[in-house]
Amino acid sequence: MIKLENISKTYASTRALDSINLTILPHKTTVVIGPSGCGKSTLIRLIIGLIKPDKGNVYVKDEMLTPINLFTIRRRMGYVIQDGGLFPHLTTKENVSLMAKYLGWDNDRIGKRIAELCELTKFPVDALDRYPVQISGGQRQRVSLMRALILDPDTLLLDEPLGALDPLIRFELQNDLKEVFHTLGKTVVMVTHDIGEAGFFGDSIVFIRDGHIVQQGTLMDFVRTPTDPFVTSFINAQRSPLESLGE
Amino acid sequence: MVLFGTGLILALLFIANTTAGQPAAEIKVGSKAFTESVILGEIVAQLARTQEPNVKHLKGLGGTRVLWSALLKGEIDIYPEYTGTITQEILADRDIRDEQTLKKVLAEKNIQMSRPLRFNNTYAIGMREDVAERHGITKISDLRKHPKLRFGFTNEFMNRGDGWPSLRRPYNLPQTNVRGLDHDLAYRGLESGSIDVIDLYSTDAEIRYYKLRVLDDDLHHFPEYNAVLLYRLDLMEHAPDVLKTILKLEGRIPEKTMIDMNAEVKLDGIPESVVASEFLKKNLSITTEPKKETFLTRLVHNTLQHLFLVAISLAAAILISIPLGILSHRKEKIGQAILGIVGIIQTIPSLALLVFMIPLLGIGSAPAIVALFLYSLLPIVRNTYTGLQDIPVGIRESAEALGLPSGARLRLVELPMASRSILSGIKTSAVINVGTATLGALIGAGGYGQPILTGIRLDNVGLILEGAIPAAVLALLMQGLFDLLERVVVPKGLRLKSE
Repeated sequence: MIKLENISKTYASTRALDSINLTILPHKTTVVIGPSGCGKSTLIRLIIGLIKPDKGNVYVKDEMLTPINLFTIRRRMGYVIQDGGLFPHLTTKENVSLMAKYLGWDNDRIGKRIAELCELTKFPVDALDRYPVQISGGQRQRVSLMRALILDPDTLLLDEPLGALDPLIRFELQNDLKEVFHTLGKTVVMVTHDIGEAGFFGDSIVFIRDGHIVQQGTLMDFVRTPTDPFVTSFINAQRSPLESLGE
Repeated sequence: MVLFGTGLILALLFIANTTAGQPAAEIKVGSKAFTESVILGEIVAQLARTQEPNVKHLKGLGGTRVLWSALLKGEIDIYPEYTGTITQEILADRDIRDEQTLKKVLAEKNIQMSRPLRFNNTYAIGMREDVAERHGITKISDLRKHPKLRFGFTNEFMNRGDGWPSLRRPYNLPQTNVRGLDHDLAYRGLESGSIDVIDLYSTDAEIRYYKLRVLDDDLHHFPEYNAVLLYRLDLMEHAPDVLKTILKLEGRIPEKTMIDMNAEVKLDGIPESVVASEFLKKNLSITTEPKKETFLTRLVHNTLQHLFLVAISLAAAILISIPLGILSHRKEKIGQAILGIVGIIQTIPSLALLVFMIPLLGIGSAPAIVALFLYSLLPIVRNTYTGLQDIPVGIRESAEALGLPSGARLRLVELPMASRSILSGIKTSAVINVGTATLGALIGAGGYGQPILTGIRLDNVGLILEGAIPAAVLALLMQGLFDLLERVVVPKGLRLKSE
């Protein structure tokens, strides 16, 4: 269980998060959604300690995040960002195995784990020796996911993981990703600005606007009982492709 | 930073001393960067060699300040000087009226002066005969009537106690177009007509060669410049026989002989060592073996010295600059200070920096290496800093999010990603370093600068090229070497283009 307690964070003069209280349930997928610049990325970066809150605390399994336990807590989390954040000087295999190698795993163990992950993420084994510039954007996200999963963490944090992909690949990856979440049953926090994606993945959806949580619940709650007119207009702002055909 | 620098300079000194160190018994003769001084230095060195084989002539070490500091520090044991220069320039702050006082003041500094070698090489003011004739100028005071004349004086003369500032006052000279330049280049400027009036040494061979008119010093401004030898008192203790032999020169070089010797070297292109040897045979009946150098041995010798300067200074710069670059990237405030300081160092003129080094480190390779080291810092520090700074935030944070501690992130991710930038900084430093190292010859560090300096002094383009071409080739080789190194050091993933 991850808990954010009374968190505030200000950048220069803009307030990214203002007194946020949020509990993220284990083994569920929580999707954080909201307009651009609402503070949703800040939230996920606070959880993994890339930034420090000005006020308030983050708890991971009842343990408060401090500079001392930061490294061990990070190793129990996997982090995936929009364009993958892969290290360009390493092959995909080296990217995935970097942390395991650092922790002294032997080659057998690493090899076995990578084989498992390739199967899980549907990544072609023969592309393991390629460099990030040599594979497609979709494949890069699969590698990034493998890298996040190598140590078998409890939690996956994904910051707009599919944001930079074209629709077809995005659709395919959404399915594969959901399958992975389902298979692994991990605690997942995912940031997106796409309400369709939020509904597709989220057991729980957290709607953030101007640094505040506006509403938290299922997609159904958002549609049936919106707490704010903005939520409704945000949901309705998604255009259907059939709309222009008048159907 | 300061501590760091001091420690490193000490370390460098140690390196320079152990690798380039000389046996203590060696006798070192110095000479200034003009022909007459080099000839005299060569005569002294050859004479000394008849008693003691271990004698080194540090040729053409630059100006008065360099030689005097080197003598005080014991970097050299003896060098030829002129009485006027001692009283008017070296000891200008002391009021010295007679030879007794002069000897006493020198003795306080543990320096002894020989009796005059006989000739007087005074400063003089000269013009082309035809130009002087046209303006009707025969004495210095005549210059007053011609304010439009262009003056070109040696840089030393521009600033000396007896130089231009004190010459213009008594003569009340109105000229404003006065610039400083190298003595040997001044003759060429005069010949081509780009300047009208220059300072001369009265024993210069060029006076006859270029048909110059020496203007009469009608107000008796210039003192006597009797050639003497300045040597350290301790030379008398550790090599009395050598000193005794050298002092045989006292009173043995008349003005005409000196002018002839200057002409032989400058105008006929005979090597100083041969001229010196012939002088000794003819005048002192001493037979010496002038050191013969072939083009190849000289080239090899210069190359080794040059590489020594470049390799040590560059290696030290790499070792210090990369950590400084990393520090600059990690700590923003300290970083700005570091980048500021190495930037300022870069703006110090190289000649000035070399001269600053002499009181600290003497002459030879140590001060040259430290100066080159300082000049090599900026490109490497800056490129390390930018290389790290340019790593995209997403990648930097991904490494952090993995749970890698800071040191491991640096080693596994950040430095490999910045490697191309760092390497290109080192490449820039190396190429600049090869060029700047040619100035090392001014303070006795040798290298390709040696033939360049001699070539300028003797107006010998061949000699200049003998230094300039290998220096250019070395710079190109450095470039090639680093291009090869890039294939090894820069990870393959960074060299690929996206498909």
